[in-house]
Amino acid sequence: MSGFSLTRVGAVLAKEFTQLTRDRLTYALILAMPVVQLLLFGYAINGDPRHLPTAVLVQDNGAFARSTLGSLSHSGYFDITEVARTTAELDEALALGRVQFAITIPADFTRRVVRGDRAQILVEADAADPSATGSAVAALSALPQEALKHDLVGPLARAPSAGPPFEVVVHRRYNPEAITAYNIVPGLLGVILSMTLVMMTALGVTREYERGTMESLLATPVRPLEVMAGKLAPYVLVGLIQTAFILILAKLLFDVPMAGGWGALSLGIILFIMGSLALGFLLSTVARTQLQAMQMSFFYILPSILLSGFMFPFRGMPDWAQALGTLIPVTHFLRVVRGALLKGLGVAELWPSLLALTVFVLAVVGLAIARYRTTLD
Amino acid sequence: MTFAVDVIGLDKSFGDKHVVQDVSIQVGAGKITGFLGPNGSGKTTTLRMLCGLLTPDAGEGTVLGLDFRREAERIKRQTGYMTQKFSLYEDLSIEENLAFVARVYGLDRRRQRVREALERLGLENRRHQLAGSLSGGWKQRLALAACVMHEPRLLLLDEPTAGVDPKARREFWDEIHALSAEGLTVMVSTHYMDEAERCHDIAYIAYGRLMARGTGEAVIRGSGLVTYRAEGPGADRLARALAGKPGVEMAAAFGAALHVSGTDRAALEAAIAPFRRPPVRWTEVEPTLEDVFIHLMNQSKDNFE
Repeated sequence: MSGFSLTRVGAVLAKEFTQLTRDRLTYALILAMPVVQLLLFGYAINGDPRHLPTAVLVQDNGAFARSTLGSLSHSGYFDITEVARTTAELDEALALGRVQFAITIPADFTRRVVRGDRAQILVEADAADPSATGSAVAALSALPQEALKHDLVGPLARAPSAGPPFEVVVHRRYNPEAITAYNIVPGLLGVILSMTLVMMTALGVTREYERGTMESLLATPVRPLEVMAGKLAPYVLVGLIQTAFILILAKLLFDVPMAGGWGALSLGIILFIMGSLALGFLLSTVARTQLQAMQMSFFYILPSILLSGFMFPFRGMPDWAQALGTLIPVTHFLRVVRGALLKGLGVAELWPSLLALTVFVLAVVGLAIARYRTTLD
Repeated sequence: MTFAVDVIGLDKSFGDKHVVQDVSIQVGAGKITGFLGPNGSGKTTTLRMLCGLLTPDAGEGTVLGLDFRREAERIKRQTGYMTQKFSLYEDLSIEENLAFVARVYGLDRRRQRVREALERLGLENRRHQLAGSLSGGWKQRLALAACVMHEPRLLLLDEPTAGVDPKARREFWDEIHALSAEGLTVMVSTHYMDEAERCHDIAYIAYGRLMARGTGEAVIRGSGLVTYRAEGPGADRLARALAGKPGVEMAAAFGAALHVSGTDRAALEAAIAPFRRPPVRWTEVEPTLEDVFIHLMNQSKDNFE
């Protein structure tokens, strides 16, 4: 009866496997997790984003300007999606995040190239997320040598010692020093809030079912909306305290710029906290045990980290992954937080993301109320 | 006589399991009705339907004079339901649990009611103790106190004394009788025969069907069961020899004695005749409730299969 018995190990082992197969959901998640996530994230995540939307303002009608633009597109990093007519239009496209780059070719570009008189083009990058623009900016260094190779022939040919025919001036906007923390720290706000709030509520409600206290609660006159409001309100406070901590530390430790946009930021935070809590509540109406609730929360949180633009540049993902990412509330919340803190955008500019968050809150609250039962059926 | 519960044709299925089938039941106001039946017979489901926790598939009637299907919310306010499993918050103190219940029901004079409930329980000194740290018997008494705090007119108790020691059970039943004396109607499910005997009325349910109804005596008389008791050396060993003989429905040892029962008197007497010799003494006795229930259980299984 002493020592290490393989028979006894076998008994425990067999029991463990049997129990594993009984818990269908856990079993399914264990098997689906690697496949789904490998396929999803393996193809979606790209550290070297290409085909970034670019707006151009071309004030020069010359052939050299056209060649330069052609060469930019040809590099694979820049997709010209907008042609601005004024500097204001160009700025707006960049500020609202419609484009990652804004390129200006000045009126005297061709003339200066021909004269060999320090021709320049201006590339402004939305560098809020440095990793989104890094490779593209690096690719620009080869542009001046290559762009006009076929134009500058014959009498215009330049001596090899003369250097490139023009230079590219790069302005990194919103995060000129390309400090990663400026992008990550505001993003963390979204990730931390979803991680704690979704999981805490999902577990909190499932616990009542698991321990049997829900049966007593349901036998009282308390109504579904009352249970929901009462259970979620304390976590709203938790979320607000977390937000305050993160913002204060972001300022003190990382010196994250806070350009303004406080109205949009506050609205975004309230909506996001409400949405996350309601989602947790919704999960708890599906999960039967706390373990299942926990697994479901993870299933939600992983794409929130990987597909939302938090960790990897959103624009670096293929279209289908971007479409998927658009469905994730964290994506919109990150746009609000980064837009407000780094760019100083307000409600007027960030309304599409705020609207998306509102839709999310309404949909999830509606679903949660519809699914919550006042009976045990 | 007015009925606190008066429902007909209760029906409920879960998937392909027909848990409650066409159960009609009337419970007199102010009476304690024992709800008996084997495990999985539909007792809990029936109680849950009566207090609005489950929606019946079919059935009509009233609970406390209210349409039990349409006025579940109003019925809930006047009904106390005590679950089989302890369902107060283990991580709240005794007092906090009581205060929570008082607030959920929107009661007035909450402090006073909580204090009164604590006094009635005799737990004033331990009111800050976590509910989870109470013993089984105390948990049940606390749960009972919690579900009568809103002064319900109907009390539904689902196996309230399972796993509780005899002294605590007796105290619990004293409390139930005290509440009944104050006019409360009680429906209590149980597996204990001594508890069944403490009820004014009995309802016996098996395989989702109501099999017997009435006072303990009426149920025994209605069963048509004849029981012989054998005593003396080796009497209890006769069970195996008698079981399965024509006319013998049950042969069960009670300590050194043996109870043999059947509905067909002639066949039963014929079956025991070979064993009616000294030193074993045979006497006809009144069947116990337990005899009747086991008889009903066997019978219902026959009907069911």
